[in-house]
Amino acid sequence: MTHISIRNLNAHYRDHQALKDIVLDIPRNQITVIIGPSGCGKTTLLKSMNRFLDLVVGTHISGDVLIDGESIYAPGVDVTEVRKKVGLLLQRPFPLPMSIYDNVAYGLRIHNMHKRGRGLDAAVQHYLEMAGLWDEVKDRLHVPAGRLSVGQQQRLCLARGLAVEPEILLGDEPTSALDPPSALHIEKRLLALKEQYTIVLVTHILRQAKRLADYVVFMYLGEMVEHGPAQQVLENPQQERTRAYLEGEI
Amino acid sequence: MRKRLSRRHIEEMFFLTLMGISLLIVTASLAGILLTVIIKGAPVLTLDMITKTPQGGYYLGKEGGVLNAIIGSLYLAGGGTFLALIVSIPIVLGLNVYARNTRWANFVRLSLDLMWGTPSIVYGAFGFTLMLALGLRASLLAGIIVLALLELPIIARAVDELIRVIPAELEESSFALGATRFETALAVILRQVLPGLATAILLAFGRGIGDAASVLFTAGYTDRIPTSLMDPAASLPLAVFFQLNTPFPEVQQRAYAAALILTIIVLLTSLGSRCLASYLGRYTVK
Ligand SMILES: Nc1ncnc2c1ncn2[C@@H]1O[C@H](COP(=O)(O)OP(=O)(O)OP(=O)(O)O)[C@@H](O)[C@H]1O
Ligand SMILES: [Mg+2]
Repeated sequence: MTHISIRNLNAHYRDHQALKDIVLDIPRNQITVIIGPSGCGKTTLLKSMNRFLDLVVGTHISGDVLIDGESIYAPGVDVTEVRKKVGLLLQRPFPLPMSIYDNVAYGLRIHNMHKRGRGLDAAVQHYLEMAGLWDEVKDRLHVPAGRLSVGQQQRLCLARGLAVEPEILLGDEPTSALDPPSALHIEKRLLALKEQYTIVLVTHILRQAKRLADYVVFMYLGEMVEHGPAQQVLENPQQERTRAYLEGEI
Repeated sequence: MRKRLSRRHIEEMFFLTLMGISLLIVTASLAGILLTVIIKGAPVLTLDMITKTPQGGYYLGKEGGVLNAIIGSLYLAGGGTFLALIVSIPIVLGLNVYARNTRWANFVRLSLDLMWGTPSIVYGAFGFTLMLALGLRASLLAGIIVLALLELPIIARAVDELIRVIPAELEESSFALGATRFETALAVILRQVLPGLATAILLAFGRGIGDAASVLFTAGYTDRIPTSLMDPAASLPLAVFFQLNTPFPEVQQRAYAAALILTIIVLLTSLGSRCLASYLGRYTVK
């Protein structure tokens, strides 16, 4: 079932067109992986889904992105609600300048979610467990988050993102700054999380795409060249350019 | 081993020497200033100096101290710094969170830079003209306002520069959770620059407490300790000035004692803000 529909999406950075007429349906509760050579518009496509392109001066967007059938670009849509619904993991983890605990509690506090249901402590524990970090930090919740290792920081960012109860998780090469064991750790988490979330990942690592992807999108020079179930696109690409990319020719 | 003196080695030596010279100039000037003030001021820096206000005949060499100027200076610089702080924080956050690099933001930055470069006597004259127009007397309040204007650009521009080097991703991390710009500014950006803010406050306080020209006409001078914002207030730089200006050597010596007190206050706030900055810096993300 479709969760995110991208309808004739064009994106320009000033006069450079980064996305050309993208039409794509992203399936619910699966991991969709976007691949393609550097500069082909993967990050731009990802950022169109949580209205992060709004933050870049000089961008112009046409077309539409629908989540659960509702446009996120319609006038009157609250951007903060969109971003709450659509979490984002950056390439490098950026903990907020506060304690581990407060990093996770931050989103709960700004959305006033900590007063309902279980208390804040329990919520923080819950999301740290979901991100697979709890056991490593349970005795030092109040130390600055910056003291964690980079791999732990990325899991903290995951916990922090999960805490605001998104439906969708976006990841822009979320493991590329991590050492291999930490990267695998994140991958394991993502595989576990797809039961409850729709996940969209950008990656440069084909092996990672093979390990994680249920659905694959191949982009080239701002165009979406091919998309389909992972098996099909990765093993038996229909387009010449996809095949060339998978074989390392472009 | 043969000693090679290639061009690159000579370059290296040259810059090392330059570095050594500049280090020497800095430390020697500081040592020179401190020694002068200590040698001339320490012998007459009695308990009376810091616990008593000028008694009758103080400026002729009789009893008393400069407590009026110590308290006055602390009130003036403390009040001025506080006022500058509460005005500059919204300016800086507004500049960086909403205005960004727009024409308008750069105009505000230019104005702040010009304010920073304006001599303090001009602030004093401006304050004085304003007071005349409004029919006000020299007072603690007027001094505080003028010092706040003097210190405002220091805090605002120092913090502005700090915020501008924060990686965009830090802000984005907060936006990605659905935070508004305002929430991000307060909880993330301000928190990230807190240690730098402590240093900026110290710089501003240092400029404020050491400035004579801006408070000369606006806060006035009095031998009494001000009891309300409308009272005139003495200040240490002016105390130094007036005492040096007397023909009596023992009063002139007390000028150095007053200067020593001022130096010690600045030194203590400097150390204090260092500690505060490193304490506040715990959470700063590198
Ligand atoms: N802020 C920007 N201003 C101008 N052009 C930009 C901006 N961001 C990206 N671009 C351009 O848009 C195109 C797509 O960029 P994008 O970052 O989406 O590529 P990408 O596929 O994520 O690349 P990479 O794999 O290197 O991360 C590139 O040609 C890039 O140069
Ligand atoms: Mg990218």
